[in-house]
Amino acid sequence: MTPARADAVFADPLIRMPRGVRLHQDRVRGLPALLGPERALMLDEIGLAILSELGEGVRLSVLIDRLAARYDAPRDEIAGDVRAFLDVMQVQRLVDYADA
Amino acid sequence: MRDLPPPPAPIALLAELTYRCPLACPYCSNPLELSARDAELDTATWARVFGEAAELGVLQLHLSGGEPASRRDLVELVAAARQADLYVNLITSGIGLTETRLDALEAAGLDHVQLSLQGVRAGIADRIGGYRGGFDRKLAVARAITDRGFPLTLNAVMHRQNLDDLAETISFAADLGARRIEVACVQFYGWAQRNRAALLPTRAQVEAAKRTVAEAVRTYRGRMAIDFVPPDYYADYPKACMGGWGSTGLNVAPEGTVLPCHAAATIPELSFQRVTEVPLAEIWAKGPAFQKFRGHDWMPDPCLSCARRDIDHGGCRCQAMALAGDPHATDPVCRHAPHRALVDSLLANLPADDVLPKFVYRR
Repeated sequence: MTPARADAVFADPLIRMPRGVRLHQDRVRGLPALLGPERALMLDEIGLAILSELGEGVRLSVLIDRLAARYDAPRDEIAGDVRAFLDVMQVQRLVDYADA
Repeated sequence: MRDLPPPPAPIALLAELTYRCPLACPYCSNPLELSARDAELDTATWARVFGEAAELGVLQLHLSGGEPASRRDLVELVAAARQADLYVNLITSGIGLTETRLDALEAAGLDHVQLSLQGVRAGIADRIGGYRGGFDRKLAVARAITDRGFPLTLNAVMHRQNLDDLAETISFAADLGARRIEVACVQFYGWAQRNRAALLPTRAQVEAAKRTVAEAVRTYRGRMAIDFVPPDYYADYPKACMGGWGSTGLNVAPEGTVLPCHAAATIPELSFQRVTEVPLAEIWAKGPAFQKFRGHDWMPDPCLSCARRDIDHGGCRCQAMALAGDPHATDPVCRHAPHRALVDSLLANLPADDVLPKFVYRR
């Protein structure tokens, strides 16, 4: 899977954490963290929930379905939050989008 | 003086494994005096330090130098750091990284490579690095890195003599498959301070660079992240150096001296401890060099009463030392600093292009 072109917009991208980005349980601070090149982000519950679902790669629509079910929340609301979070991460190349 | 509360845990440790380096860049961050070279820490001691760092809360380990690939035990060190559950970043010129070695580093769990770039063509790159053939070798190493799928950051060190190549530099990084580029304008400490007249860019160059970066951020959005470190002499306010003294990271020099930042040894009144004598956690929490400029108690005015006090933390102590000769002074870059005229005078008296001084290389 190669990263998306800069100008590519996918309605339902396949989302994955690229190599060199991983989840980490920070024992000292007692918090989950995301580690990547020159980045160490402490995650809140929402961030962790989203990133934990990515596995080897997951479609955005599938991810939203799963989270909506898990939190018993309106799908539209979840969709907005998830896409906003992922778009920020994608600009930093902490997640990648692809079409296939 | 009252006791300070214990500091929050550090995020990052910069391990300067060695001062040895095949390159001789005139802006090297290593100390000016390299002649009295103490013995480097051995493999087992570094491994212990990595373990202590992880216990202390460090998440990111940056293996640097000199050239870390000059250490024969680099692969063992990476493996030890991963064993300690650290995120391992290799900061390298690429010289000394063979295909075989990259395979071994990959097997040892190296997370990320940050490759320095002295110039975007062989002529200038080899002249800046003081190493003929260095650019061609670097290019081959860069391809070997991305071929293996390592995430790559290109660290493009920019200054008066290559800032006009910025657009080309950014597209070079993208073509190489870099995931990130750091456009790092030289900051003036140590060797860079000695070579400042040859390196300090003009205002026109800096303005053009800002426009180039802004356009590139749009062009490469989603494909390559771009971090820009402008030359702070042209700023109105100082950089929040290290996110505040002794607040987020620490450096360990080749012989085991622990520093709040790579330039801290330029401040004569500080005394430093070594990992061979004192546990890292104790140095972090109570070391006199770390305590010296933590918090606000050390601050003079205008910093102490400034609304930006907790934004830029009074700027950089080493820069106050370098420019004003006083590490307690407000960073002279600040527009409110009593010493700002020193910076303005430097900017007003840049040499013309045809009389730039020759480099004093780090050798």
